[in-house]
Amino acid sequence: MAKITFITSDSETKVLEANSGNIMELAVQNKVKGIDGNCGGVCSCATCHVHVQPEYWEKAGEPSELEQDMLEFDDNVSEYSRLSCQIKVSDTIDGIVLKVAK
Amino acid sequence: MPKDTSNLTCAIIGASHAGVNLAFSLRREGWEGEILLFDSDPEFPYHRPPLSKTYLTTLEGIEYDVLFPKENYSSDNITLKLGTTITEINREEKTISFADGNSEHYDKLVLATGARPLIPVIEGLNGATNVFTMRTAKDTQEIRKALNQCNEKRVVIIGGGYIGLETAASLRKIGAEVIVLEREERILSRVTSFEMSMFFNELHKQHNVALLTNKNVIAIESSNGMNKVICDDDTSYQAAIIILGVGVKVNTELAAQAGLEISNGIKVNSAAKTNDNDIYAIGDCTYHFNQHYQRFIRLESVQNAVDQAKVAAAAICGKEANYDAIPWFWSDQYDVKLQMVGLSQGYTEVVKRVEINKDRSESVWYFRGDELLAVDAVNNGKAYVLGTRFIRSKQRINKQKLADTTIPIKPTSFL
Repeated sequence: MAKITFITSDSETKVLEANSGNIMELAVQNKVKGIDGNCGGVCSCATCHVHVQPEYWEKAGEPSELEQDMLEFDDNVSEYSRLSCQIKVSDTIDGIVLKVAK
Repeated sequence: MPKDTSNLTCAIIGASHAGVNLAFSLRREGWEGEILLFDSDPEFPYHRPPLSKTYLTTLEGIEYDVLFPKENYSSDNITLKLGTTITEINREEKTISFADGNSEHYDKLVLATGARPLIPVIEGLNGATNVFTMRTAKDTQEIRKALNQCNEKRVVIIGGGYIGLETAASLRKIGAEVIVLEREERILSRVTSFEMSMFFNELHKQHNVALLTNKNVIAIESSNGMNKVICDDDTSYQAAIIILGVGVKVNTELAAQAGLEISNGIKVNSAAKTNDNDIYAIGDCTYHFNQHYQRFIRLESVQNAVDQAKVAAAAICGKEANYDAIPWFWSDQYDVKLQMVGLSQGYTEVVKRVEINKDRSESVWYFRGDELLAVDAVNNGKAYVLGTRFIRSKQRINKQKLADTTIPIKPTSFL
């Protein structure tokens, strides 16, 4: 079981728990504002952009080349940008804090 | 202030990407009344793009990715009525009728009726064995079932568009022998440029899929569970399974019968409203104005379904809403991701880039004069993202620099 905290762009905090799937799915299921996941999680639409709190960056794993390419020129990119559909839910990321990108 | 909606009913016909997103958006926008969501498909609303991709190649039972889990429908008080076919809209009485003779009142009605596969006129098609289309969960289930039951896994796909090619890639992946018969002189001819057609031609060849062009199928002869697919050049191909991927027919019948304006789809304004003030239409079934390209278009895409749903939801709740999107699409075939943005129709020039030091990463940039119209990017998220930005801002691009692959793709590289 992993505990995942979302902070939306209007500073609302949502703490969720999950065992499987990916972060985007979890966010959509729980109506986290700003995460749409329009492509269904295949790294095609960039509607699930989050900023990982720095101390959790390594736990989330390395983004793929395609994911990096999709994010590099995004208007709201940061050093800690990820597409949340590409982060798997597992015990490894327990406690992770994610800020939903604008 | 939006008026009180708590005693009103919004009925939505079609529970796929457009209809489902509209239902949830309505609640977000503050709709307090009843939301009724109908579809003739009995399957719980699911993501459709994987039908020709991952659902087909998953070896265990197919687990459909649902658009939203069941709990969300109950917590948002959305009444889902699956397996229900609407037979008529009565605009005067504001009712919709069902096949069983019952009817339901609406205050606002949304048509998200989509499209259905076009069935070509081919002699012997009706009597042929294992003929399938590719649009619904049932189609994918039946194709997999048929494939498991066939000794000779020989598949002929009629039509070399995206659906046909994705299906070919998926079936090849699970060991079928696949032939694609395309009527035009190149695959994807209706939807993309010569350059992209050639790329996908080569890709499928490498995976031993036979892509045959100028093949006009005129007849099918079937016996003992095998089909002989016959073309007008006197060639023929054996097939245990035939898949039709020759385009769609828009589901406009309900709207037409109700006297709504139809023109290559249900005609809507920039707020997704039809010529009836209480009826909206969204998704594949709409003929709508694209502000960027300044013309009416019809799109078959998830992007259009979801974005139009959001606009219609806001409009229904009495808010200012205006559909102004740059269309985007994607296709996954083998290990290749194609991302497309913009509409290339009317282009006069293309610039093709093949990235150096990067495996199979290409992009085709479509111009009309100096205006960038569209970008097709293969394994190239950077070209896709920057292309989107350039198209939206009508950025003028230095084509010589763009064509020079020693210059890397960066926001200021081609200015």
